[in-house]
Amino acid sequence: MATNPEPDVPANHDENRRTFLKQSSLLTALALVPGQVVDAAAAKFDERIADAFEKVPLSLKVNGVKQKLSVEPRATLLDLLREQLHLTGTKKGCDYGQCGACTVHVNGQRVNSCLSFAVMHDGQEITTIEGLAKGDDLHPMQEAFVKHDGFQCGYCTPGQIMSAVACVREGHAGSEGEIREYMSGNICRCGAYANIVAAIQDVKQGGQKV
Amino acid sequence: MNPFQYVRPTKPQAAIDAVAKDPNAKFIAGGTNLVDLMKRGVMTPQKLVDINRLPLAQIERQAGGLRIGALALNSAVADDPQVRARQPLLALALNAGASPQLRNMATVGGNMLQRTRCAYFYDTSMPCNKRAPGTGCGALEGVNRMHAIFGFSDKCIAVHPSDMSVALVALDATVQVSGPKGPRSIPFADFHRLPGDTPEKDTNLEPGELITAVDIPDGPFTKHVHYQKVRERASYAFALLSVAAALDIDGTNTIKAARLAMGGVAHKPWRLAAAEQALVGKPATEETFRQAAAVAMQGAKAFKYNAYKLKMGPNAIVQALKTAAAA
Repeated sequence: MATNPEPDVPANHDENRRTFLKQSSLLTALALVPGQVVDAAAAKFDERIADAFEKVPLSLKVNGVKQKLSVEPRATLLDLLREQLHLTGTKKGCDYGQCGACTVHVNGQRVNSCLSFAVMHDGQEITTIEGLAKGDDLHPMQEAFVKHDGFQCGYCTPGQIMSAVACVREGHAGSEGEIREYMSGNICRCGAYANIVAAIQDVKQGGQKV
Repeated sequence: MNPFQYVRPTKPQAAIDAVAKDPNAKFIAGGTNLVDLMKRGVMTPQKLVDINRLPLAQIERQAGGLRIGALALNSAVADDPQVRARQPLLALALNAGASPQLRNMATVGGNMLQRTRCAYFYDTSMPCNKRAPGTGCGALEGVNRMHAIFGFSDKCIAVHPSDMSVALVALDATVQVSGPKGPRSIPFADFHRLPGDTPEKDTNLEPGELITAVDIPDGPFTKHVHYQKVRERASYAFALLSVAAALDIDGTNTIKAARLAMGGVAHKPWRLAAAEQALVGKPATEETFRQAAAVAMQGAKAFKYNAYKLKMGPNAIVQALKTAAAA
């Protein structure tokens, strides 16, 4: 990559951009809302801005629990899970569908929760990493990740595990090559890939119900 | 992200009306590209018309071919037994695109309508005639490593990023659309357009027109097919370039029919009709494939950083045809 003429975007660029977007959202909000809401918005940034806009009712089943919610159309499924339901196991990595840290299951299928507006999932069933274990009993894939050291820093791990469970359920864990191809939507910057593959192969070969 | 109104019609006509009457409204299906572009401020629709509740996700057998609903998921199409049996090239191209998670979200219609991944289009601080007409093309004299070698203009040298569309143009698909003036059919080769002086228009869809289905005629290309994608990592990356190849070979190793198209080389999926003609009636050998590849590359022109495509192109075509012939 060092010889790549295309300039890499430094990590803090995104951060600046996010801050800028937040601020410009605030300005947009300020232009639209009455005085007292502006004060509230200024006092507590994002949450209050969301309040200043029309919200849409939303019914979801998250990890088996029915939720009656009210969300702004702009809220992604990822932000809803983390900010409103406080299910912070699902991680925000790139926020652009490139890293897979936000992977959850919607109606049993793995998706990137960062690239989907929450309102679009009305009536659907969501499973997050918090929904895999049964009480104190870890899901077989969680156990396998522990056994095989399938992580280092752990930030990508919830997304890796949600994707790994789907990979086995879909029948795409037949060989190392197939696992690598079908896990390619989950990036691990620590480079724990070999152990992640080993964990998935272990679960697949063990034949446990995932 | 800018705030927007959100509506979720259940009948196609209501969705069409909602977008046809409001120039700032957009359809949203999987959202894998539109949400991304909205987060970056590249696209700023004021109204989103969620079409996911419309009954357009079926994959059906019909007289003479397959009809794939616009809302069929990329993963569902790639795994569909009829698609795999009758149009394996399409399944290969779909599985070469994006990641499993994205294929579970992205629809057939949305895949066709995805925007270019040109970095100058994405970066709102840069000039881009596609994003902001009249501002110029940043890529023309910029870092144009990923850019077009065919069909570009001095207004835009971006490429279309879809893998699926490369297979569909090769397979003579037809796009079914429905709009304010009723339904119509668009041959796949005429669906996307070259940039010319109006690169802001990716396709020939009229305002408010909704893709309802893609039809693929039955053909002899059920065995000798290959989708060769060249990219900078083994999976989950956009193509530097790609080749969709389909051959019908008889018992004497003679090519009876051929289909060939490239991705990552033009503003639209690039059908190589002259190269197809150069294959028909010839023996399925590497020499034949080399000759066809040379025909395919006629008229190609590179920019400062993408001259490698002039060599990679014919090599990928030969590789695709060899692999297809051996399949």
